[in-house]
Amino acid sequence: MSAKLDRLVRQLKESLGDRVGEPVIALGEVTVAIPAEDYLEAMRRLRDDPALRFEQLMDLSGIDYSEYTGYQGKRFAAVSQLLSITHNWRLRVKVFAPDDDFPVVASVMEIWNSANWYEREAFDLFGIHFEGHDDLRRLLTDYGFVGHPFRKDFPISGYVEMRYDPEQKRVIYQPVTIEPREVTPRIVREETYAKGGGRG
Amino acid sequence: MADVKNYTINFGPQHPAAHGVLRLVLELDGEVIVRADPHIGLLHRGTEKLAETRTWLQTLPYLDRLDYTSMLPSEHAYCLALERLLGVAVPIRAQYIRVMIDEMARILNHLLSIGTHALDIGAMTMVLYTFREREDIFDVLEAVTGIRMHGAYYRPGGVYRDLPDQMPKYQENRFKNAQTVKELNEARNGSLLDFLEDFTKRFPVYLSEYHTLLTDNRIWKQRTVGIGVISPERALQKGFSGPMLRGSGIEWDLRKKQPYEVYDRMDFDIPVGVNGDTYDRYLVRMEEMYQSNRIIQQCIDWLRKNPGPVITDDHKVAPPSRAKMKGSMEELIHHFKLFSEGMHVPAGEAYAAIEHPKGEMGVWAVSDGANKPYRIKLHTAGIPHLAGVDELVRGHMLADATAVIGTIDLVLGDVDR
Repeated sequence: MSAKLDRLVRQLKESLGDRVGEPVIALGEVTVAIPAEDYLEAMRRLRDDPALRFEQLMDLSGIDYSEYTGYQGKRFAAVSQLLSITHNWRLRVKVFAPDDDFPVVASVMEIWNSANWYEREAFDLFGIHFEGHDDLRRLLTDYGFVGHPFRKDFPISGYVEMRYDPEQKRVIYQPVTIEPREVTPRIVREETYAKGGGRG
Repeated sequence: MADVKNYTINFGPQHPAAHGVLRLVLELDGEVIVRADPHIGLLHRGTEKLAETRTWLQTLPYLDRLDYTSMLPSEHAYCLALERLLGVAVPIRAQYIRVMIDEMARILNHLLSIGTHALDIGAMTMVLYTFREREDIFDVLEAVTGIRMHGAYYRPGGVYRDLPDQMPKYQENRFKNAQTVKELNEARNGSLLDFLEDFTKRFPVYLSEYHTLLTDNRIWKQRTVGIGVISPERALQKGFSGPMLRGSGIEWDLRKKQPYEVYDRMDFDIPVGVNGDTYDRYLVRMEEMYQSNRIIQQCIDWLRKNPGPVITDDHKVAPPSRAKMKGSMEELIHHFKLFSEGMHVPAGEAYAAIEHPKGEMGVWAVSDGANKPYRIKLHTAGIPHLAGVDELVRGHMLADATAVIGTIDLVLGDVDR
């Protein structure tokens, strides 16, 4: 298995050149980070190069790295999972949006049509704009929804709730009346935890 | 001459053939569909966001609720991703149990899919038969997991418990007399595996009944042959997977090509279609059920002969047994930490994909070393398939829209997440 991954990594370096980041093998998967300006061209080559031939874009999703422990870097990334049916291998491609306040990356809808809804979803949930997408509407949230709910600074219970108002005889929006409650706190252990030979 | 314009209609969100809360905005020229624009999200529960606020184990039951017609395989993808991050090994018996239950879920899913597809386009009887068979599988799932649908049975590192020794039996009541109960219990006198084996023997007969009802049925063929055709190239472009891809003639099945668990030890075939139309996809699903039946039989054989543990003994991941926990301080601490704080998953990311009955189901899990996921992306097969509806129905009549929605095997819980 690992021989195959090495072959994929060699091929990636050969085809994409040194403008892209170093491909990383971890847990039996290959990840490559591509700078935003080379993204579209590199993706096209990933599909069309006969030695790589990633025919399918299985998934594309946004991610907000702002609260990742020990992370310093760009906040938003669009991450694609590519699959080659010909060579039977997978690749994960990361592209970081250069501007944290107005994240924009190129759309790969022209290369893989399946990107259409994935990019709409990433736009809806993370507010990442995909340049060149011809129908960038919200996908999952309500008509007229404000904000991007999967960003880390968006509260889990949201800002507004909907109810039927018997006086006005219609459905209205109002500020949420519930408060987020955390039963189990989020904990990240130091690396030395439980390894000191103590009672751990 | 009067000015004739295209007009737009709403299909759903409350339409019996929409398989849930799908709102399909159809632009029609007379009775011909010019454009279809699916509006989804009416069942959006934010599973991925909810997962970020819960521990890794608390997230697991949410996965059942994605595709509520084949529940346990979704958990499977999640557990695989988590096991890869944690680096824990799954006992071989647990792997066989998972494969067996996945294949039961495949039968469950395809029975519902074909039954309701036929119902949507006019063959009322099918759904009555397929739901009869589903009932047997639900009985097995209830005996194994304790609940009919949302089992929460797969755990990181194995499965929750071993298969039960007995199959629950019917009891006499004022609706069922002794004679009826005796007949009903005939297959239930042995273990769960005996009951399941009896089912796998009966099932090919049922399948041939469905073939008699549908396969050469003139109306069924008129409604499905040549409807919703997609070429292999377009299917790849559109990100299709599962029966939608195989129906177009591409032999791609993760169980064979990227085997997980013990699928590499199983003997089964991958059916493929030729024309990529609704009828071919129906035939692919029928054959897949037959192949699943074969896999289940192989699993039953193996499981009978090979007892063993069903969950890892790494107590940082899986809890110790109750008996041990009551007697040992260390086990008690493990148990308490696991269910209060939860397991800590090493920082990293993993994308695990399985051959879900509907296609590729993938879970991309990102951890920063905490006891909760940093981000989970659920890739379900339904999204690209529904996104492809526009292309599949364009140029067809309005009535064919239901045939196409039936053939993509739509479940909105799966699409909206």
